[in-house]
Amino acid sequence: MQLLPADHAAQLAAEFGLKPDEYERLLAILGRSPSRTELGIFSVMWSEHCSYKSSRIWLKTLPTKAPWVIHGPGENAGVIDIGDGLAAIFKMESHNHPSFIEPYQGAATGVGGILRDVFTMGARPIANLNALRFGMPDAPKMKRVIDGVVRGIGGYGNCVGVPTVGGEVNFHPAYNGNPLVNAMTVGIAPRDRIFLSAAAGLGNSVVYVGSKTGRDGIHGATMASTEFSADSEEKRPTVQIGDPFTEKLLIEACLELMATDMIVAIQDMGAAGLTSSSVEMAGKGGVGIELVMDNVPQREVGMTAYEMMLSESQERMLMILKPGREAEAEAIFHKWELDFAVIGHLTDTGRIVIRHKGEIEADIPLAPLESEAPLYRRPTVETPKQPVLDAADIDDPAGPLPALEKLVGSLDLCSRRWIWDQYDSTVGGQTVKRPGGADAAVVKLEGLKRALAMTTDCTPRYCQADPEVGGAQAVAEAWRNLTAVGALPLAVTDNMNFGNPEKPEIMGQFAAAVRGMGAACLALDFPVVSGNVSLYNETQGRGILPTPAIGGVGVLEDAVQAVGLALQPGLDLVLIGETRGWLGQSIWLREIAGREEGAPPPVDLAVERRNGDFVRGRILAGEVVACHDLADGGLLVAVAEMAMGGGVGATLSAPPVGIAPHGWWFGEDQARYILAVRDGAAMLAAAQAAGVPAMELGHSGGGDLVLGDGSSISVAKLVVAHEATLPALMQGEAA
Amino acid sequence: MKSAIIVFPGTNRERDMAIALERVSGRKPAMVFHLDTALPAGTDLVVLPGGFSHGDYLRCGAMAAQSPIMKAVRDFAAGGGLVLGVCNGFQILTEAGLLPGALLRNATLRFLSMDCHMRVERADTPFTQHWQKGAVFRSPMAHGDGNYFCDDTTLARLNGEGLVAFRYATPEGAITEAANRNGARDNIAGILSPNLRICGLMPHPEDLVDPLMGGEDGLPLFTSLLDSLASA
Repeated sequence: MQLLPADHAAQLAAEFGLKPDEYERLLAILGRSPSRTELGIFSVMWSEHCSYKSSRIWLKTLPTKAPWVIHGPGENAGVIDIGDGLAAIFKMESHNHPSFIEPYQGAATGVGGILRDVFTMGARPIANLNALRFGMPDAPKMKRVIDGVVRGIGGYGNCVGVPTVGGEVNFHPAYNGNPLVNAMTVGIAPRDRIFLSAAAGLGNSVVYVGSKTGRDGIHGATMASTEFSADSEEKRPTVQIGDPFTEKLLIEACLELMATDMIVAIQDMGAAGLTSSSVEMAGKGGVGIELVMDNVPQREVGMTAYEMMLSESQERMLMILKPGREAEAEAIFHKWELDFAVIGHLTDTGRIVIRHKGEIEADIPLAPLESEAPLYRRPTVETPKQPVLDAADIDDPAGPLPALEKLVGSLDLCSRRWIWDQYDSTVGGQTVKRPGGADAAVVKLEGLKRALAMTTDCTPRYCQADPEVGGAQAVAEAWRNLTAVGALPLAVTDNMNFGNPEKPEIMGQFAAAVRGMGAACLALDFPVVSGNVSLYNETQGRGILPTPAIGGVGVLEDAVQAVGLALQPGLDLVLIGETRGWLGQSIWLREIAGREEGAPPPVDLAVERRNGDFVRGRILAGEVVACHDLADGGLLVAVAEMAMGGGVGATLSAPPVGIAPHGWWFGEDQARYILAVRDGAAMLAAAQAAGVPAMELGHSGGGDLVLGDGSSISVAKLVVAHEATLPALMQGEAA
Repeated sequence: MKSAIIVFPGTNRERDMAIALERVSGRKPAMVFHLDTALPAGTDLVVLPGGFSHGDYLRCGAMAAQSPIMKAVRDFAAGGGLVLGVCNGFQILTEAGLLPGALLRNATLRFLSMDCHMRVERADTPFTQHWQKGAVFRSPMAHGDGNYFCDDTTLARLNGEGLVAFRYATPEGAITEAANRNGARDNIAGILSPNLRICGLMPHPEDLVDPLMGGEDGLPLFTSLLDSLASA
């Protein structure tokens, strides 16, 4: 083995992102200077991206168990029992850094990567969602980023034939230099046919399938573990190129192979490619692994072992097959025109050994690579509390209807149609609630009555003001959105997007957000089963808003029970939950009063649960025609969204006495829903019996939104304001 | 109805199509892989479903049109068999020369996924007999290359011989530019072969055959086919 000279190795280690003390650990484990390949393996395995070294200590405090959880964090994706002998397998993952450097490919490969995490466990993907945060459209390059990310998500998802059914988008200057692209996939598998990644069986073949390995994405995981500087454009070679067609073939080939009994273990090659997949599979199985690089299918000539081990070429999987089944398995992959190569075997040495051209290129003991991996309890500083604002102290410069018209066209509340019109949301033929039709997407399980509801949620401005409240609110809102379609929320995946963890205030945000999330998950029986952490989301020292995006999954026993948000005429509108008129950190305060300040609305988890359980009960009893939770923009925006959804107006009573009108119409108090029902009085009685605050808001009908003082605006006018924003902004961006 | 759905590498709406066909016929269609060289015995309807065959590389449908199974499909069509091509299937039919014209990139240069409305241009074909002439129905569409193009002579022939099956229209049935999202010539959404036995269209009626998914507007296409086969 060719070892690096000591001084050169230390310098290279620093370039690869290893800290001096981390490099000392490496030397202690090896007892000698490393080879270039070994140094590469250590640096990616110990990168923040792969090792979770700053976040692990906090993440392990999250609740991860429930009777319906089959596999929690630690596998490629989370697995829950959804009834009918089926499991839902899902996860959300970030592709933030690559998407800023190269928006189309960054976003596309984000979708590809998360799909593989899900089908590698045996699931057929049935839905994609995403959570996107962009800078202001007038910021440099941002329109190009928005356009590229949307095209990339569509380009990949549409081609693989998995419907993109939901998501969320925010715009804020804090993302000008660091947009966030979080992609989520949900898949379905028989609950007794889940495939795991722990390698087993001395001498069993290690098999490589999928695309050939090229030089793309080398050190992508390392790149994702540092801040951006002004020269981040130079990092373009670290971004991978996706091929959704190959992914589609890989899905079909893997599922065909999984229908047999040939597989012992399987894992996709994601971040850090062949390195992380082989190290993790062998490590989890407590075995050794020996790989021969000469056998790796290669796209380019003259690749070194270092390059092959570090490449993040897409659409590749690593499998351990049962002995003697190689030919059968190979036939399936050749049918789908994919590469298939035996590139090594399992050993009992507990070491990973890499051979190339007759030389040993790496020889590392696996146990210390994992057990000695750095783990940091980084210093934290609590985010200072913001003052609680009283609506009565805030001037209303606009009045409710002018404010409403402005709000429904504002960046954070305007229609996302321009985006979802570019995503195939119907392929598969099972999409019951499409984007915009309900608070959560609803996709039926083919051949069954059962359906899954899915959503992604986070309110970063709340998290910035109070990360603990914001963390709890993100979980509560996901739970509420699932509830609002009638689904029983089951579990979440989280995607923790934060700035530089070496800054105590950032690590303080992280710790507090996890605290809030954990409390909410516990109170709502909504455990975390998978997740992903993206740190160092900073460009030139400016961090993003803390963004712990939550992907929630719930189940409906009968898809027929799902309700949407579109209003129909002739219904009573009932408001569930208590309204105090909380304007701190509200969209109204920012967009109408021009102030981004105050404490965010508190989240009372017991109230959240009580109100939500009541609403779900009424929906499942068939008493609710339409339901919408109150979130960004508050009550009047929620009514307007229902009205625009159905093209039907509504007449609303005047605000109750004792509450500032702008607080009433636009406050963002939590745990609230609007129900459109045929019998409002009966609903109020049911709420009273359940101890749930409720009041009659008004009635639907006509073509105008009419307030208690007689002022009105036509729904058609609101629709124009709502729909015009994104198309106008993005005009001319067509490539 | 004994239908066969052709599955190319990258086909992704074959299950949607199978659900629609089974819904009307009660019979599961055969899935036929592109490397096969024969259709199942007794096949009376061949469907080329949507997707991205061969990744849409080269040109949409160009490589699929050269697949081994396509000889059997051509022979089947030459013998008067019923062939339906939807979305990528329509693209493949044009690349295979079974229908005239080509599908270009959408005029917007963006993928378009939304509901559209189509006006039924004739109701005396095996594909449309359960609609009235001039009826308007809703259907999802989802494509990047659905902009139907043909030369003036072909266009005159399609219009003159009544070979346009469906045109993009407003919900009221008006043929307008605004209703023609992908920029197709003369709002053409679907066309027929001269013997009315081959039909290709871009939108996806197979995804709107169940009230749960938002409606049954697409159902008449499939009940029409079922009836015409039953009475054949």
